[in-house]
Amino acid sequence: MSENGLHRERPDLDQATERKIRTTAWFATGVMLSWNLGKRVAFALFPSLCAQQSEKQVAASNPSQLANSDRPSSSRASDLNLTLAHETHLLRRRRWGTFLVGCSFAASIAGFLLFFTAYWTGGSNQMLGGGLALFLSGWAAAFIFWAHLLTAHKEAVEPREDMQPPARDREEFEQAFCDGSRELQRRGLLKLITATGLGFVALTVVSLFRSLGFNPNNALYTTVWKRGQRLMTEDGKTIRADTLEPGSTVIVFPEESLGSEKAQTVLVRVDPSQLQLPDSRHDWAPQGNLAYSRVCTHAGCAVGLYLRTAHMLMCPCHQSTFDVLRGAQPTGGPAARPLPQLPLYVDSDGNLRAAGGFSTPPGPGFWGMPS
Amino acid sequence: MIASIARWLDSRTRAAKFARSIMNHVFPDHWSFMLGEIALYAFVILVITGTFMALFFDGSSADVVYHGSYAPLVGVHMSSAYQSVLHLSFDVPAGLVIRQMHHWAADIFLGAIAAHLLRIYFTAAYRKPRELNWMIGLTLLLLAIANGFLGYSICDDLLSGAGLRIGYSILLSVPVIGPWLTFLAFGGTIPVSATIPRLFAMHIFLFPALIATLIGAHLALIWRQMHTNYPGKGRNDRVIVGSRLWPSYTLKSIGLFLFVFAVVAALGSFVQIDPVWIYGPFKADAILPGAQPDWYLGWIEGAMRLFPSVNTHFGKWLIPEVFFPGFLFPAVVFILLYAFPFIDKLISLDFRAHNVLRMPWEQPFNTALGCAVLAFLSVLFVAGGDDVIAVAAGAPLAWMRELLRYLAFAAPLLTGVVAYAICETIRRRRSRAIPAQPAEPFERSEVNVEMR
Repeated sequence: MSENGLHRERPDLDQATERKIRTTAWFATGVMLSWNLGKRVAFALFPSLCAQQSEKQVAASNPSQLANSDRPSSSRASDLNLTLAHETHLLRRRRWGTFLVGCSFAASIAGFLLFFTAYWTGGSNQMLGGGLALFLSGWAAAFIFWAHLLTAHKEAVEPREDMQPPARDREEFEQAFCDGSRELQRRGLLKLITATGLGFVALTVVSLFRSLGFNPNNALYTTVWKRGQRLMTEDGKTIRADTLEPGSTVIVFPEESLGSEKAQTVLVRVDPSQLQLPDSRHDWAPQGNLAYSRVCTHAGCAVGLYLRTAHMLMCPCHQSTFDVLRGAQPTGGPAARPLPQLPLYVDSDGNLRAAGGFSTPPGPGFWGMPS
Repeated sequence: MIASIARWLDSRTRAAKFARSIMNHVFPDHWSFMLGEIALYAFVILVITGTFMALFFDGSSADVVYHGSYAPLVGVHMSSAYQSVLHLSFDVPAGLVIRQMHHWAADIFLGAIAAHLLRIYFTAAYRKPRELNWMIGLTLLLLAIANGFLGYSICDDLLSGAGLRIGYSILLSVPVIGPWLTFLAFGGTIPVSATIPRLFAMHIFLFPALIATLIGAHLALIWRQMHTNYPGKGRNDRVIVGSRLWPSYTLKSIGLFLFVFAVVAALGSFVQIDPVWIYGPFKADAILPGAQPDWYLGWIEGAMRLFPSVNTHFGKWLIPEVFFPGFLFPAVVFILLYAFPFIDKLISLDFRAHNVLRMPWEQPFNTALGCAVLAFLSVLFVAGGDDVIAVAAGAPLAWMRELLRYLAFAAPLLTGVVAYAICETIRRRRSRAIPAQPAEPFERSEVNVEMR
């Protein structure tokens, strides 16, 4: 089955088909080999399988012989029948068990071969895992059949240790502990040393926490947005006040920090006559251009959806909605705080620039967040 | 051969006597005792597959351009962590199988722990002397949930990116210490390059070490106290009934381990899980709609969706809305669970030690309570995917959410009442059917008096 041979005979075969044929052939050979091997191993382990036929004949032709071997000959006939039935049952169980264990073991070897072949011939993940699963389940079945059919099952009963321990044990422990403590002179000093040592350990741990960037300082309050930053798309294009058609959106970043997650902002353009911003924000949206933080105030996901007809921004994580016309106030879903707004102005070139930072710190809430 | 090895070992460790007593240890045969065992074996599989993966994973968020064999992403900027996951999935032989096995094993680990917890709860196995082990088990559940979350978060794909932001927001919302805790865990306001290495270290070192240690303690206590027994003929608090460790239990247990392994292998190769290449790499301004966490976090996700949007202030300080469903609610659930063995003592006024289990119908109140809590959690779990359900059912989301809010109160009540009624009925029937029962409880209580 060399590759060259295959090519000469069937030049039309592509590589994948060739690999399939090779894998199948290897696998078939493996199965045959393992069946033989499995049979041999099973017979070696359980000679009773070989003897199956002869034992059956013996049991059928001469029932008394079997029973006589371990029952006194003086037993009554009914007794004898009972014993015989039991013996036959045990024998059948043992044979049946041996057969099942053998089969499981053979299946396990087949599974292993499938895995092995698939691995070395670059087979699919399904063949790899399927082989592994067959190998392991065959092996598992062998153990379980063995436990249930080839083990003389006796229910074991053991006494438990008394759960209420004798008081003497504890008294002896206390005694030993006190005796030991008495050897320590100046126990107060020991306590002092231990307590101080533990205190220093705690301080050391806290100090090491500092290296982990433990202190948030101002990081939660500020972004790169500040007065004069131009609004840019991620690929660095500036935005003019009339770039967007009313009803469309674009994701913008401060020019100094393109692609920054915390500073990501959604620019929406609406018809200025529809705006219902609070009076303090009357000049924040030149020509109907509104900029809001794109980080959800609920759980920090990107507020990625814009429901155009309803003028709502929506977060796909927990479906919070924010009213674009009214300063991104939450209108539905679990969010409780509006998206921070970025005040805008138009510079002398006609480009949109930030007139300051966000109205509140962007992102999910925290203890010290100003409201 | 074996004899000479044994002699060699015994003359150095004197272990023969100990080993002999171990072999005689008795384990009960009931199927429900396998649940904890499944969890244990899932953990073993997690360690095996996880070690393999750790050799390929690069826990770094350095920006790289992809040039691997998954064509749709060639030339795309991504983090080194995400790239190494793609490399493992597409270019390492059997890599994808191992990775999917790891994820499936984690889900099975959590599932087995949850089922084990329910078995313990509904048969009152947490009673004296097993309160300590109940608490260790709960801690294991907590650690397992946390580590599962960390595990799928470090892939740094678009889906886990959303999960990471939600986890960050929840931790940030904790009153007073929230910002410090968050910076300790994530290394700054995310995304920051410190996050992935930090989560990776926690996922493969800190949490597994804690879990392994606690599993050791859990098993040691089980060994010391022995398992409980279901009530039945010949069962009382002073004996344990079952099969011995050697050979019967050993064979069965090895079989179970291999079987769990086989199921995980089959799932890992035939059922796709967490296809990160479909989600794409994490990008700050991109988001995946219809995102759900792994199943064991579904109840918290649902709570976050159903909880009303309230901004609470404590003086001039803010308590954000995510704190209540995302942190306080799970915390209360776990505190009540930790306290339950002691709450149960107050309900049943039973302070004695027990080795025979109490069947669900013998404790109608506890059973009803458990069923009600389960119903509540199930409603939350469904709510965790309400946007997907709303789209599939063609119903408006707001309407769905309102319905689920009512259900969150109605379903537990209804389930509790029905469960109570069923338990009472079974209890009455059984006491009528078996009038000769008194003999055994009497014997049991006699033992208990002695043990107290």
